Amino acid sequence: MIKESELHPETAQFREIVPAGEYFLKVVKTGETVRILDLEGNQAADTLFYNAHNPTERYSAVDTIREQGNVYLTAGSKLMSSENNVMLEITADTCGRHDTLGGACAAESNTTRYALEKKCMHACRDSWLVAVTEHDELGMTKRDITHNINFFMNVPVTADGGLTFADGISDAGKYVELRAEMDVLVMISNCPQLNNPCNAYNPTPIEVLVWS
Amino acid sequence: MLHTATPLYDDLIPGGSHWSFIMRRGHVLRLIDETGGANVGMLMYNPENPLERYNMPDTLKNQHTFLLTRGHVLLSDMGRVFASIIRDDLGWHDTVSGTCNADLVAQRWGRKTYQDAHNHYHRNGFSSFLNELAKYGLGKKDLTANLNWFSKVKTDDDGNMAYVRDHSHAGATVDLRFEMDTIVVLHTCPHPLNTAAEYPSHPLRYQLFRAAPVTDADPCKISSPEATRAFANTALYHLMQP
Ligand SMILES: [Zn+2]
Repeated sequence: MIKESELHPETAQFREIVPAGEYFLKVVKTGETVRILDLEGNQAADTLFYNAHNPTERYSAVDTIREQGNVYLTAGSKLMSSENNVMLEITADTCGRHDTLGGACAAESNTTRYALEKKCMHACRDSWLVAVTEHDELGMTKRDITHNINFFMNVPVTADGGLTFADGISDAGKYVELRAEMDVLVMISNCPQLNNPCNAYNPTPIEVLVWS
Repeated sequence: MLHTATPLYDDLIPGGSHWSFIMRRGHVLRLIDETGGANVGMLMYNPENPLERYNMPDTLKNQHTFLLTRGHVLLSDMGRVFASIIRDDLGWHDTVSGTCNADLVAQRWGRKTYQDAHNHYHRNGFSSFLNELAKYGLGKKDLTANLNWFSKVKTDDDGNMAYVRDHSHAGATVDLRFEMDTIVVLHTCPHPLNTAAEYPSHPLRYQLFRAAPVTDADPCKISSPEATRAFANTALYHLMQP
């Protein structure tokens, strides 16, 4: 569902451009709104959310899709935690559909998806692993890396049980906006994938904005 | 396909219960829906390093599928094969709906405590997984998207999910051939989308067999280039094993 935001970038309290292959890590407080902006189009923003006070409680892809009864995320979707609490709600979306079934790229899954010799190429999971090891204070490790949202990615499921990776439906300037319903740690890997035609083999920057 | 017609082991897990064990590579775990209507939640971990665990997204996207059936392989997050589905009587098993929790069970079927009902109390999948995981030093951080054997959830063109009732019948069988040693954690609690009036309580019969050797023409191994590469990764892992 396309729903535009009434928030203006000039009034944002926080703005940061995240190049492809980098991670983004920030706490967003209850009631604050975070926007992820696809600057150049068809970029994948692989995103995880944690309870900022107890990262053992985290975004759960399967609980989210089951509780809303739909496999795609868009405006109105409530993102559920592993403890059955609403973490965030998508309040605006100019893309219309986001994936949470396809997971993140990892060095190891690149070997199976593309070719065994792709194993040393940079991947989203590596970005998250760097993020948690560079932030010891979070007390997080690989154990905390779970199933994510792929903002701006389109992964259609067919009625007969197929799963396809369609061309991107995002474009330069499209965005998704979420209001935090608890204090959440936002951890994004701006996807470095060079093997996927969905981004025309060209990963590009995103921007993250936060309004109090 | 199997060296022995009679199982090495045969057991029944009551409905609404949980159990776990380690499967050794080269063995088959047969799951049988004894009465029809079963749901079996399952998680898988590498006993040598439980940080390696079943990965729903990798399993689905590598095989371009939303459902699991014969010919598919169940992948770890390390690009390796825990198990191959070498037999399936149903054609569709769910791995995207997660598991029921205490609130969901209480809302749908009422709260029934041990004090009320002894071993027929209403267990839920979330607590059941945690109970078994704790036996291996694992916990909430290790919970991930689980398999729901014998359950079908389909979608329409707009992505709306629908639980298919009466999908499984008495005697429906799934054979999993393990390609790695694997901690298998399972429960027989209801599927979280099951709307049956009464708490659905269906037992699981499971049996163990020794598997025939996996040949280069094995249907699961050659089912897709992705599966073939996952088998190659698994063989590399075993290269240095005793
Ligand atoms: Zn990625």
